[in-house]
Amino acid sequence: MTDKARTSSQRLAIVEDMTIYNAAAQKSSLIEALGACDELELDLSAVAEIDTAGFQLLVLLKREALRRGKQARIVAHSAAVRELVDFYNMAAEFGDPMLIPAQEAR
Amino acid sequence: MDEITSVFVTESREQLAAMESALLELENSPDDADILGAIFRAAHTIKGGAGVIECNFLVAFTHVVESALDKLRNGEINANADLVALLLACSDHMGNLIGVLESGAEAPDAELQGEGDALLARLQRDWLNAGGADAATHPAAPAADAVLSSGGGVVETDCWHISLRFGPDVLRGGMDPLSFLRYLGSLGSIERLETIADAMPAADEMDPEACYLGFEISFASSADKAAIERVFDFVRDECTLHILPPRSKLADYMQLVMALPEDSMRLGEILVRIGALTQAELEEGLATQNAAALLPPDEDEDSALAAPPPQLGEILVEQKVVQPELVEAAVVKQKQVSDKKAAEARLIRIPADKLDRLIDLVGELVIAGASVNLLASRAGQADLTEATSIVSRLVESIRDSALQLRMVQIGETFNRFNRVVRDVSRELGKDIELVISGGETELDKSVVEKIGDPLMHLVRNAIDHGIEPPEVRAEHGKDPRGRLELNAFHDSGSIVIEIVDDGAGLNRDKITRKAVERGIIAAGQTLSDNEIYGLIFEAGFSTAEQVSNLSGRGVGMDVVKRNIQSLRGRVEVDSKVGEGTRFSIRLPLTLAIIDGFLVGAGEASYVVPLDMVVECMELQDQPRDRNYLNLRGEVLPFIRLRELFELPGARPKRENVVVVKAAGQKAGIVVDQLLGEFQTVIKPLGHLFRNLRGIGGSTILGSGEVALILDVQALAQLAARGEDHAHDTAHGR
Repeated sequence: MTDKARTSSQRLAIVEDMTIYNAAAQKSSLIEALGACDELELDLSAVAEIDTAGFQLLVLLKREALRRGKQARIVAHSAAVRELVDFYNMAAEFGDPMLIPAQEAR
Repeated sequence: MDEITSVFVTESREQLAAMESALLELENSPDDADILGAIFRAAHTIKGGAGVIECNFLVAFTHVVESALDKLRNGEINANADLVALLLACSDHMGNLIGVLESGAEAPDAELQGEGDALLARLQRDWLNAGGADAATHPAAPAADAVLSSGGGVVETDCWHISLRFGPDVLRGGMDPLSFLRYLGSLGSIERLETIADAMPAADEMDPEACYLGFEISFASSADKAAIERVFDFVRDECTLHILPPRSKLADYMQLVMALPEDSMRLGEILVRIGALTQAELEEGLATQNAAALLPPDEDEDSALAAPPPQLGEILVEQKVVQPELVEAAVVKQKQVSDKKAAEARLIRIPADKLDRLIDLVGELVIAGASVNLLASRAGQADLTEATSIVSRLVESIRDSALQLRMVQIGETFNRFNRVVRDVSRELGKDIELVISGGETELDKSVVEKIGDPLMHLVRNAIDHGIEPPEVRAEHGKDPRGRLELNAFHDSGSIVIEIVDDGAGLNRDKITRKAVERGIIAAGQTLSDNEIYGLIFEAGFSTAEQVSNLSGRGVGMDVVKRNIQSLRGRVEVDSKVGEGTRFSIRLPLTLAIIDGFLVGAGEASYVVPLDMVVECMELQDQPRDRNYLNLRGEVLPFIRLRELFELPGARPKRENVVVVKAAGQKAGIVVDQLLGEFQTVIKPLGHLFRNLRGIGGSTILGSGEVALILDVQALAQLAARGEDHAHDTAHGR
């Protein structure tokens, strides 16, 4: 899947709530968007509500990006997203491309 | 109201009902540990759920109730009538608070708040403080006296270590780990939290609705272990939870590390990061662990590390963090919780309108199927007929299963009356025992919902007017304790609900006098017992000499009758002076579809509900003016549909009699032809026809024609009355 020749970047804004009700649809759109470019910029400034399912999608996206050697950055957080990422203590991990150290073992 | 809240409201109401019935049982056996446990669990589950949805006013109230229940359970205080009454009042108040939550209000209004405060004050003053140890007033209240920490005392600055792995179904179950963690935060402070998403597979396999997260938490709190565990009660069997108390031994951390699914090194790092261990400790621990694991067990039998890893509970007991009894209690409780969850997992909650839609569709399917059958039999092709008969058998099964979905047991409705009987009889100074039988009898949910009010009225009436005060009963040589029975059973396609009391019975003369007074009957009119008893269902009729706040205002019995009639049911009353009164409510099992027996008279077709048909036979040459016949030596009154509905045309040479039985009464219905069995969807008649006697509804035949459904009960009565009086009244009124 990784196509090193292309260096496109794309911006994706999510405007709906990132809750379990939308999780399935958002998962495919996020993964699709990541597949279509090398740098995905995620704009979450309009996400009014986010729950654990939504949070997991962010984790998944970050990990997929890492796995495929791409970049996935959250360029704008809404208050809800920021609060959740903080609560789950993932701000540092999300900022850090070496997302999960023990992951290398796999 | 969001989904979680509405689930919480529904479940809490169930818990409250369980709590209430357990409290009522407690009155009779105040020392029964099972009952005490059940009450405590109900209150506890409500509190836990309220915490999860952050409904603080409910948590605050329930917490104090729970503390009292805890003392009760531990034998620190003993149950008596006062306490039970107080707790019942508390459970009512909790019901009101849930109502507040349901209405979407932020907090209860001043009046309700005052009521709650008064209840809590009474609990505190009379029970919690009197019980010895000081009352817990905050969810995080320490119970340090119950546990010995391994260090010899709780050191406030040290942190608990909580290790959590959520199961995949947590999110789908409507529970968000976030809520639990937030609630945990209310018990103390989350010093550090690490999110572990290792369980999440690659994107292709990742299910966005499954939960893959785990957490390692360093938690500072003075709450005891049970309190921390309780936070996760709602997900107990869907998550792996390890709690290490402050100052646990290094070995225990190692045990934890080994027990968790993730890589030891990585977990070790996390433990160091959240400050549970120092780097040196980690290295030491891992080294010991590895060394110990390498030793053959026979050389080092005493080493806990070489032996199979002990259960968490054993570890905790070993280090005296919890007492063995506590662990045992926790295990029993866990089992109960998981049993309950397992039972719940077999139940699916679905909105009633979806079910109604299904039933509607099945109804249409039945009609369409009838049409196909008709066409097939007209076409005369054997294989087609065979195929359609298979289809109709399947449709029949679908119909039965669909209707079964709506069936609920009436027991729950009956059990509500335990409380009513208790409260009302106390209020009136009577001693009444409620006997419930046939609670497992099933009937349509919509019927159950609508029968509650009429039942309530009849029960209250029986307590108020029916059963005499104890001294009067004693005078008459009866047991001073009155007896009220609620009974339900199935009887030929209907359900019968009986309310039987052993009170004074209805007073014929008083009823007659009153009816004359009110102008309902003329003076001197002679009526049968049944007709007289039936008068109590007339509007504006009450024989109670004293109007109490329960009944006796003359509104109600007519409403009861109307409500029951609107369910296509009827109510009968039977009474013996001095011995008691029996109200029988007879209701159809379902309101939607019936098995019918199709008959023809004149041009039109009619449907008789099949379960009321006893037999069919040919009408042997009968004199025209008689309307009874000899059925194997029995007098069988009958009516002719042709006459009843004044159908034009000549009578055919051969007429048939359908013998029907309704409410214990047999009657014959004379028709032209017998057309056979027929599944029928009942379509109600419009308002225009509401006073029509003898017709229960209508349906559509396969040919598209309309057939009327006969109200057999009314016809049977009509036939019987026609026989009683002169035959010219047989045309009905």
